[in-house]
Amino acid sequence: MKKVLKTAGIACTIAMLASSVASAADTFLIGGVGPLTGAAASYGVSVKQGAEIAIEEINAAGGVTVGDTTYELALQFEDDQASEDIAPQAYNAVMDAGANVIMGAVTSGACIAITAQTYADGILQVTPSGSAEACIENDNAFRICFSDPEQGVAMADYMTDTLGLTKIAVIYNTADEYSTGIREAFEAEVAEKGGEIVASEAFQTNDTDFNAQLTTINGTDAEAIYVPAYYQDATYITKQASDMGMSLPFFGSDGWDGVLGTVTDPATVEGCIFTSPFCASVDDEKTVAFVEAYKAAYDATPDQFAADGYDCVYTFKAAMEQAGSIESADLIAAMTEISVSGQTGDPITFDASGAPIKDVKFVTVKDGAYTFVE
Amino acid sequence: MKKYGKQIIGCVAAAAVYAAVMILVNGGFLSRQMMSLIIPVCMNIILAVSLCMVVGFLGELSLGHAAFMSIGAYSGALILKSGLPTVAALPLAVLVGGVCAALLGLLVGIPVLRLRGDYLAITTLGFGEIIKSVFNAATPVTGGAGGLKKIPPVTTYRNFTFVYILMLLVILLVSNLVKSRHGRAICAIRDNYIAAEAIGIKVSFFKTMAFVIAAFMAGMAGVVYAGNIGILKPVNFDYNTSIEILVMVVLGGMGNITGSIIAAFLLTVLPEMLRGLSNYRMLVYAIALIAMMLFNNSPLKRMLVEKHNMRQAGKIE
Repeated sequence: MKKVLKTAGIACTIAMLASSVASAADTFLIGGVGPLTGAAASYGVSVKQGAEIAIEEINAAGGVTVGDTTYELALQFEDDQASEDIAPQAYNAVMDAGANVIMGAVTSGACIAITAQTYADGILQVTPSGSAEACIENDNAFRICFSDPEQGVAMADYMTDTLGLTKIAVIYNTADEYSTGIREAFEAEVAEKGGEIVASEAFQTNDTDFNAQLTTINGTDAEAIYVPAYYQDATYITKQASDMGMSLPFFGSDGWDGVLGTVTDPATVEGCIFTSPFCASVDDEKTVAFVEAYKAAYDATPDQFAADGYDCVYTFKAAMEQAGSIESADLIAAMTEISVSGQTGDPITFDASGAPIKDVKFVTVKDGAYTFVE
Repeated sequence: MKKYGKQIIGCVAAAAVYAAVMILVNGGFLSRQMMSLIIPVCMNIILAVSLCMVVGFLGELSLGHAAFMSIGAYSGALILKSGLPTVAALPLAVLVGGVCAALLGLLVGIPVLRLRGDYLAITTLGFGEIIKSVFNAATPVTGGAGGLKKIPPVTTYRNFTFVYILMLLVILLVSNLVKSRHGRAICAIRDNYIAAEAIGIKVSFFKTMAFVIAAFMAGMAGVVYAGNIGILKPVNFDYNTSIEILVMVVLGGMGNITGSIIAAFLLTVLPEMLRGLSNYRMLVYAIALIAMMLFNNSPLKRMLVEKHNMRQAGKIE
């Protein structure tokens, strides 16, 4: 009897050891850092949920095979409240959990606050949506979204070259890095292309009255208004412009995504054009599949942040397969060799600076719905 | 011996805390998450103790503490970025950060401290917003909304010794100041403004003095912040930050330095300890805050304090 018990015991121990080794060794942990609470919470939540959809898809399809090991992806996402003060703690918390790669931070400032540490740790860092230039300064850091200046330049080229506009007015937020970053590059590029910025009007975060800016612009011979800002601001600006009887076409940055959800009358934004890497209502097989999976899981429509998070996970997958290893140095080296077929671009490749190379897409509002500009 | 008893206990406690932190850090007993909290704890203690002097001892509500911190942070950061060797740059930056904040404290204090109570609170609030706007607008120097970046990381947990000494100096200065002749004058102003004036205390002088010293310390804390985070953004120094510091002081008990230190420690560490609760983290944090405030005013706490006092009195007898 004793012997039987002993054998059973040993067998049990071996079985437990084997199972624990199997599950422990085969998990590839993605460490996410972004805001889940606070004013920017919606961005972090979107990125997290988009990434979770991608992880589910990949795991359901059998995980990621690297050499002769198959890894199951897992995500630990820590809240940084979009604050530079909290981000280092959130980053260190995911590192304590044994993260293999870092997805984040979601916002630019928080991202910059951890780049020095990720560089010192030599870990692969891909920010889904940190659009400031400084986010990817180090060799280990990459970005999924366009940078602020890239967006400004793309829109300037589109407006001057494709549409032939020459006199453009700008309304921007002086207290916001995103807005000022786009505006600077946009104005420089317009000047370069021989266009003219006839008015450059500033506002502050949380402003709701734009009549002063719009009146100034009304007094100029502007042919179009460019508003590099978020959709809340765009809602007020377009409404007040239409109340004043202005009929100038509006152009925007990717912060405009979601503007249809807040306008009282869709007619005020009809015909506006903004740069956006992702548009949920486009009739494209891959987009539809993603949107449906997202709706089923979270009862919400994915925005561009969700798409960025989704692409981030597929980027990690591609890097793992290309590198044939999960060592940080190999993953980082593989980043410039991969090509990702994502939601925000197909294909997405990365240059040595860490910036993505993908087509800029323009979205317009037509009959009260978003569509890509042909 | 009896006279120095408390000082000796304080010294021993300070040395013990230092030794404990050094052992924990160098022995690898702390998680990285906890290590990244060491400097924020020290910084918040400096901020809370300095604000404790204004709110607790002087009895004036200031909502502009984050503004003084930001002035110290920006001026210190510019020195840190100047390329001097760290050994020289760090003490110089801390000093310049403190002096700049103190100068502004003086500039603001002279006109503003003629006001009292709610009026003073609102003016300091306005002052904080002005400073924020100035930093936002002065893009060539401060980096504007994008923030002042690439500040050398000179006050990480590896430089704990320097920050710890700074923190001890601040605590020592404040606790000795409030026990001095000047400190009693400051407390007298809080307790009865008219009586203090009637017995010949120069009310505006002492008020300004307390205000300027607190600004100086907040400026130094700002430099520690800059060297720890590496990026400064005007948004991070809005009135919310001032209120967070105020919460520490109120939670610690007005005019209670030890209380402020404990509250600063608790309120810095608590949100991180609650990370396991994921979505409910900030909710639980807020509930914990309410519970602590209620406890602070509860009969239970009063009873405990009375018991403690009785025991102390018994010992003296």
